[in-house]
Amino acid sequence: MIVVEELYKSFGKVEAVRGVNFRAEDGRITGLLGPNGAGKSTTLRTLYTVLKPDQGRAFIDGIDVVAEPLAARGCIGALPHGAGLYPHLTARENIRYYARLYGLPGETIEARVQAVIDEIGIGDFADRRSKGFSQGQQTKVSLARALVHQPNNIILDEPSNGLDVMATRSLRDLIRKLKDSGKCILFSSHVMQEVAALCDEIVIIAAGRVALHDTPDNIRARTGCDDLEDAFVRAIEKVEPA
Amino acid sequence: MSHTMLIVFLKEVMDNFRDRRTLMSALLLGPLFGPILFAFIINLSLKQSLTDDNKVLELPVIGSDYAPNLLRFLESRNIKLADGPSDREAALRAVREGENSVVVVIPESISADLAAATPVRIEIISDRANNTARRESGRVMDALSAYNQQLATMRLVLRGVNPVVMRPFNIDSVDVSTPSGRSAMLLGMLSYFFIFALLTGGMNLAIDSTAGERERGSLEPLLCLPVMRDHLIIGKILAACLFMSLSLFLSLCSFFVALKFVPLQQLGMTPNFGADVVLIGFLLLLPFTLLGAALMTLVASFTKSYKEAQTWLSVVLLTPTLPIMVVSILMIRSSTALMFIPSLSQHLLLVSVIKNEPINMLHVGISSISTLLLGLVATLVCARLYRREGLLG
Repeated sequence: MIVVEELYKSFGKVEAVRGVNFRAEDGRITGLLGPNGAGKSTTLRTLYTVLKPDQGRAFIDGIDVVAEPLAARGCIGALPHGAGLYPHLTARENIRYYARLYGLPGETIEARVQAVIDEIGIGDFADRRSKGFSQGQQTKVSLARALVHQPNNIILDEPSNGLDVMATRSLRDLIRKLKDSGKCILFSSHVMQEVAALCDEIVIIAAGRVALHDTPDNIRARTGCDDLEDAFVRAIEKVEPA
Repeated sequence: MSHTMLIVFLKEVMDNFRDRRTLMSALLLGPLFGPILFAFIINLSLKQSLTDDNKVLELPVIGSDYAPNLLRFLESRNIKLADGPSDREAALRAVREGENSVVVVIPESISADLAAATPVRIEIISDRANNTARRESGRVMDALSAYNQQLATMRLVLRGVNPVVMRPFNIDSVDVSTPSGRSAMLLGMLSYFFIFALLTGGMNLAIDSTAGERERGSLEPLLCLPVMRDHLIIGKILAACLFMSLSLFLSLCSFFVALKFVPLQQLGMTPNFGADVVLIGFLLLLPFTLLGAALMTLVASFTKSYKEAQTWLSVVLLTPTLPIMVVSILMIRSSTALMFIPSLSQHLLLVSVIKNEPINMLHVGISSISTLLLGLVATLVCARLYRREGLLG
């Protein structure tokens, strides 16, 4: 479970996040939706402790990310935006490297690496060097790498960026499978359809603030728009008058 | 070494052994390029200066008909009359245009002047901006001076004067340098080749730990792992150290081999550069790897991309030469105080080993410890920088 309370973060004069609050439950997919520059990545980066918030707190399974960043990171599988692999290592070696760094016990590592390879379905190219991988293959291996330690919380920053239709579909299936196994999934996107197709909860962020947080159905009802895209635009306009 | 450092170290080593770019620079370019270039250049210049005196010098002489005795003397000095310009004007032009390097002009009045004991004006026309011409005109000058001396002696004898009165001094210069010592001057340049090879060996790894990882997008996921950032960067720096030592060792070995093809003995030099010196040199320079790796990582961490990092690091490659150059130009002798300066201390120690001087263990200790300490400081600064948020760019 991920809890975010009154998060603030500025870069110099730019206030990227200005008081973000939300909660992402286990067994649900929570989508962070917002236009480019709304503060989605900054919020996620504070959660996986690459950035320190100026104010506010965030908890991963009850662990404070500021006070105990190492412990918090241990409960997360993170797929940052544009995550890359080591081109001279095979997919399996890339995953194994992370398994070791996660501190998995030596004797279980090979079995875990194989399990996650099967789970994500990358067995076909698991022993090829990552150099020539397609964007879809890269994303899958990056995801496998982030899941090798079986984290309870999974944070994905724009995971479908640069993927074709088929790759996007299989990524969605994977995310649903993870949800069914009871994980807490938080992902960001600026693509309305993707969020609509996948999420149980939507958190719309605009100009560093939460504009709306509800289920897709409730959002449609509350904004009076049948189409989620219209609802999205309306919610954002309330925060940032055009 | 923590567990994380070891994991990162092993991964970087495997990764870079598969990277053609690293292998090229660490194991091929750095170690081979320098020594081979050095041996080639030295060989070339040695050959030129060595063979000159024994070679016949073909010298055009204007007015050669007027001075047959002089020509015979020159011939005894391996200088032979050759065809050339017909008069002084043509000679000036020919030398200026590079057709001839040296031309001697003898006046028609030479026999008459010699008989009357008035000085004869002999001209040596040459272009002294040209190295070969300068050497050749030097030879001609020496020969003519010797002939001059010979004629003067004969005149004194004819007049019943002991020619020794013309020589109040007998000047002898005594050279105390040993054959190994003379080599040291030449081989002192070497230490820079080694430092250069050492640095090149770790360059790609140093760039990779910040700019490279960032450009590839692998830095952010790495920082999401539940490990200390300090351990990540130190593991990477240690991997760079390994490649640097490898590169250093190979360049010492390749130099050991290359020296066998340089005829230094013909110059009266016997460099002390055996297998034991390869090993000693390796141990002397080894402490520099940590400083080099940390320094390059430090510089690379400020850059935005791989390309930018490469540009800046080529500057870092040159910095170790500065103290070496200053000391060589000012001819400062090795001293304890200088042992605190990295790269310079290694250079001075290596030179003294090549000179076959006894190794000053105090100097070795100061050099190694101060260099290691500085390396440690640089590593800590790197770790500091690796902790900041701006690292992600």
